[in-house]
This record gives sequence, structure tokens and C-alpha cells, in this order.
Amino acid sequence: MATATESPSAHGGVFRRLSRTLFRHPLLKLATLLAAPITWMVVVYLGALAFLLVTAFWSVDSFTGSIVRSWGFQNFQELWSVQVYRTIALRTLGIAIGVAVADIMLAFPLAYYAARIATPRVRNALLLAVVVPLWASYLVRVFAWKLILTPNGFLNWLVELTGVGSLQIGASNWAVWITFVYLWLPFTLLPIYSSLERIPPSFLEASSDLGGKSWVTFRRVVWPLALPGVVAGSIFAFSLTLGDYITPTLVGNTQFIGNVIYNNVGIANNLPLAAAYAFVPIVIISVYLIIARALGAFEAL
Amino acid sequence: MEPRGARIAVRVMTWITLLFLYIPLVIIIVYAFNDSIGQKWPLEGVTTRWFGVAWSNGEVRQSLVNSLVVAAIATVLALLLGTAASFAVHRFRFFGREAVSFALVLPIALPGILTGIALNSAINVSGVPFSLLTIMVGHATFCVVVVYNNVLARLRRTPTSLVEASMDLGADGWQTFRYVTFPALRTALVAGALLAFALSFDEIIVTNFVSGVELTLPKWIFNNLRQPRNRPVVNVVAVVVMLLSLIPVYLAQRLAGREGVGVGGSGTRSA
Repeated sequence: MATATESPSAHGGVFRRLSRTLFRHPLLKLATLLAAPITWMVVVYLGALAFLLVTAFWSVDSFTGSIVRSWGFQNFQELWSVQVYRTIALRTLGIAIGVAVADIMLAFPLAYYAARIATPRVRNALLLAVVVPLWASYLVRVFAWKLILTPNGFLNWLVELTGVGSLQIGASNWAVWITFVYLWLPFTLLPIYSSLERIPPSFLEASSDLGGKSWVTFRRVVWPLALPGVVAGSIFAFSLTLGDYITPTLVGNTQFIGNVIYNNVGIANNLPLAAAYAFVPIVIISVYLIIARALGAFEAL
Repeated sequence: MEPRGARIAVRVMTWITLLFLYIPLVIIIVYAFNDSIGQKWPLEGVTTRWFGVAWSNGEVRQSLVNSLVVAAIATVLALLLGTAASFAVHRFRFFGREAVSFALVLPIALPGILTGIALNSAINVSGVPFSLLTIMVGHATFCVVVVYNNVLARLRRTPTSLVEASMDLGADGWQTFRYVTFPALRTALVAGALLAFALSFDEIIVTNFVSGVELTLPKWIFNNLRQPRNRPVVNVVAVVVMLLSLIPVYLAQRLAGREGVGVGGSGTRSA
């Protein structure tokens, strides 16, 4: 009976027959939809990632420069025994912690103002103002700090206006730190904002009704409830710093984990060592994520 | 209620943070008009001549064309892959559904340098020469997720009863897609595409690893930063890159902002 009415229409005939087939066979439809994205991600990305992790256990023939596929922990041993690599890892970790702390201190007041004091219109304007710099090109924002921090640049002009002398941090760890703080500030701010916004006003009223002074209310009600958001925000500042190589190259004068990886892939042509060193940020971030999860940060994301 | 003093302090800190966020962007724009080849602040003179110099620089023009072509094709790839994946995840319950979402987010969740070296070593092994094609593939890999997030969010907010109504009224699968599903998705697709374009256009971290000798605008800036004679052109190119990545985001916001498109948050990545 169906066959009697089945007359392919003039336009879209092929599409129709196709869509009818797909409608009758949902599994086929699912396969059609998933084939391309899954193949892409598995072949291009996950495959590459898995290969990289395997490479960490291989070595490079120092004579020919080609990769030798013999298994071992020699790269990890080298990274552990050479002082420089340890120093660089600790320096990167230290800066990452410093960046996360500074970002929280800068972000919290603005997030608090937006979430609890500002009118809805001001709140939306503030949130937009925070997000816009994220899209203003990462490299250009690093470059902006290079301009600001040059010896006769904007920062020194500002410092000299105050008459306390001059400030020479053009190419230093301070420059790297301040640039990272700038780059990741919006990432830190948004989770803190959303955790503050979710605190019911009645909690604060209850606290003050029970005689809590504003500082006590902040310390015992607001801060504990905001903590998951603060930790969630710090994840970005922390982990993005650990893997970055552009900022230290442009505004710094020391090596960071990212620089060592970058140089070993490029100039030094030692991919296995670079892959092994890439385990350092992965391990640190994993530990950090486990701690963050215990503090409830994932619900605040 | 906060005491008066605390409110004022919070307000002052808010302003300081806002200045901290915006002064560097203003500085970038101002320096593009710097007459001198030095970097002294305040500027000693103002000119627009470096825009002309930048435009007549063949390498810069080639980099601009490369960046536009790469961003356009990476966006098309991301649209196809991201839309297909979001339909599959929205319409079906299947084994490994969570894993699909996870795999798509991974390229922006992991530090960019990992994505970079992973793709770099894979390209080396596969024997494919480094070219614009490898940049497109690399960029598409981390652009898929912005399309995916935007389309999936829209699918979740579009009532399935609309699709059922269309079918009940006699439309076949194709007609339903053409007249019901697609119009509901249109702005989400455009917004996702604009964001993917912006993400690709100013990318440097992964680009360095997958581009070989090919140049994109950000890579040109990165290579020329330390050459004093190219400083004024770098300043100009920096402004162009900044504006060309902000404009699509602004359009995406305008186009679908009211409908809640994920311009901010974890869909964004810079590193």
C-alpha cells in the first residue's frame, strides 16, 4: 500500500529517500552523524596524544638525531637527575601559584561588586567588560605588556610620575608574573562571580540577625560558600601558566617548562625528552584537579 | 548589608581591576600610531603612515591571506564536525556518549602546548608535509568544540515537540530539518562559526607546532617582535589581529547574545 503512494517528487527526491531511510534505521543515522567527528578526534587528536605519551619512553640517537624505539625510563631519569630541569619545574610551579593567588585577589572584589552590589544593568556591563579582553588575541595581549614594561615605557612613566624613582622589570620573572596575571584574570573571575551570585541573600540576613558583624558574615558565610568558585577559578590561572611558552619567551629572561618543551621539539630536536617533560605539568595539574574536586570546585564551574 | 567603608573599597578595587584589564588594549591601539621607531611612552609623534608600510609589506599581506584562508576552512570543518556531533549527542543515547563530549573538549582543556607537540609529532610520523593544510587540521581540532557547545545548547532549548508536530503534519525527515530544525539552529550556527573563526585567526601556541615554514599573522608577529626595524609594522599588525578577532565575537554576541550564546566561560581558550 505504501508503494502505491510512493512517487518521488520533482525536487528533493534524493534527500527525501535518504531521510526516509535514515528515519527507518536510527542506528544508521547515528553512525552517519558520528562517523566524521569520531574519526577526526580519534585519528587526528587522540592518536597523536597517545603517540606523544608513548614517545616519552623512547630515546633519540645522539648521532643521527632520529628516534630510537627502545623502551625505557631514560628520559625521566635525565629530567630527574639534571639540576636545571628541576629548577625550571619549581620556578614554573612557583610562578603558577603566584599567578593564581594574585588573580583571586584582583578578581574577588570585582566579582563581589558585580554579584552583590551592582544593579542588573551595571552587572551585565561588568561581565561583558571582563569577557571582551579574552577575545582580544592572546599574543597581542602579551605584546601589550612587552610595550608597557620596556625601560622607557608606560609603566616607568607612571612610576616616575609618582616620584619614587624608576622600576626596571622589563625582562624578568616579575614581568612574566604580571603578564600571566593579566592573561588569566577573566578565567578566574567568572567562576568566582557565579559562586557569589548563587548565595541566597537570606543567608546574609540570617547572619546579621544573629548578631554577626559584616566581617564575621564575610568570613563565616560568604567566603566558605564562595570557596568552590575561587578554587575553580584558580584552576585556569594555575594550569594555563604551567604549559605556556609564549609569555616567558616574549617578556621573560628565564626558562619555564613550556620553553624547554618548545625548544626540544624545535631546535634541540629531542621529541622524547620534550614528551617526558610534558608529563610534569600533566601530573601537577592532575594532583591539583583532585584537590580542587575535593573542595567542591567542579560544581562551581 | 556591607558597611559603607567596605562598599567603597570594593568599588575602588573594581575600578582598579577594570583599568588593569583595559589599559593594555588601549596601549596597543595607541602604539599603532607611533611615529618613532622606538617604544618610548608618551609617544613623541603621531602618524598613520605605518599602516601603509604594513600593507605594502608582501610578507605581511601573505600572512593575512593565509590567516583568513586557514580560519575560513577550519571554521567550515568545525561546523560540519561540531554540528554532526551535537546532533548525535542530543538525539541519541548510546554507549560512549559522555566520551564524545570529553574528547571534543580535551583540545581546549589541555594546555595548548600538549596539543601542539602531539600534532607536531603525529604530522612528522605520518609524512604529510607541514603546510597550510596541517594548520587547518590543527585549528579545526580545537574549533569543533565551540560549534558543538553552541549548537548543543540550542538543540537542548528547542522543544522536541516542534519536530514531532512537523512529522505529525506529514513532513518527512528532510522537510522537518529544512523548515523546523535548521531555522531554529541558524543563529547558533552563525555564532559558533564566528567564534571558531576568531579562535583560529589569532591562534599562535598550536600554530607554531603545525605550520612548518608557513606564516600566519600571529606567527609573523611572533617572529618579528625582536627585530627593531620591524617594530612599527608589528604594532600595526597587532591592532589588526586584535580587531579582526574581536569583531567576529562582537557580531556573535549581537546576533545571538539574547539567546545565550557561550561567548565566555570554558568555551573560550587562549592557551
